[in-house]
Amino acid sequence: MRSEPLAAEVAVPLIPRLPKNATPSTIGAPTIEKETGAEEALDVPWQVVVHNDPVNLMSYVTMVFQRVFGYPRDKAERHMLEVHHKGRSILWSGMREPAELYVQQLHGYLLLATIEKVS
Amino acid sequence: MEIRRRKNQIEISELDPFLAELLRQIPASADTKGAPAAEQRIFTAPANGKERELCAEWKVYVEPELRRLFQTSTQTVGADLEQLNGNEKSLANRTLRIPTKHADAWLNALNQARLVIAAKNNFTELELSDHLRSPIGSRRDLSLFQVNFYGFLQEFILRELES
Repeated sequence: MRSEPLAAEVAVPLIPRLPKNATPSTIGAPTIEKETGAEEALDVPWQVVVHNDPVNLMSYVTMVFQRVFGYPRDKAERHMLEVHHKGRSILWSGMREPAELYVQQLHGYLLLATIEKVS
Repeated sequence: MEIRRRKNQIEISELDPFLAELLRQIPASADTKGAPAAEQRIFTAPANGKERELCAEWKVYVEPELRRLFQTSTQTVGADLEQLNGNEKSLANRTLRIPTKHADAWLNALNQARLVIAAKNNFTELELSDHLRSPIGSRRDLSLFQVNFYGFLQEFILRELES
């Protein structure tokens, strides 16, 4: 069974937000760097998946999700329960490099985690 | 046994020799040496078999880092456990004080130990969730008790970290 990501864990580019009263004369236009490499574009669809493990405590897994991804407790718990009931949960999607770093951190907490290409 | 938070320490008091010995065994229990199933569980692949290059690089660059991290945790726990050193008589009703700044190391070492013991014994999910199992009658029962006892400590430490 393939689990779909819960709402809003897909990485989105940070868009600078201007204050409501800002005018073009007070704030300079942000410099937007173009992503040039075709490799970069191809690199986008990766996901961090955590798999079920009968040994790790549910409270421990929740704490790890909060720490690694900065998720609030309820969201971390939803993912933990998805892992528990469905066998896996997609915790994050985005570029390959941060995905690898997330998996490294999760392995540091001894969770069963992998990165996968989004199919 | 009593366990409580006292200022910047987690205090486990009235430890009988049996539980004190189980605590002393945490670093040794976390050791994967000679147990390929445990080694495989502690150092899992970061991707499925299709990503061979990634898995190979992981072995070279990431695994040694993880090994160091896990070793540091068990060493910290081992140093804290020196409070329990002594002869059998002096172990009676001992108290162990864990500085809260060592809580993460304890969580990690306890988790390593639980995973290694479970992998070595190939415990089923049913066994692991059977908290009403009969008293210890075999080496396997003792190992399961150890996994549950370490889990209880983890739960307590987690609760203290949250509060």
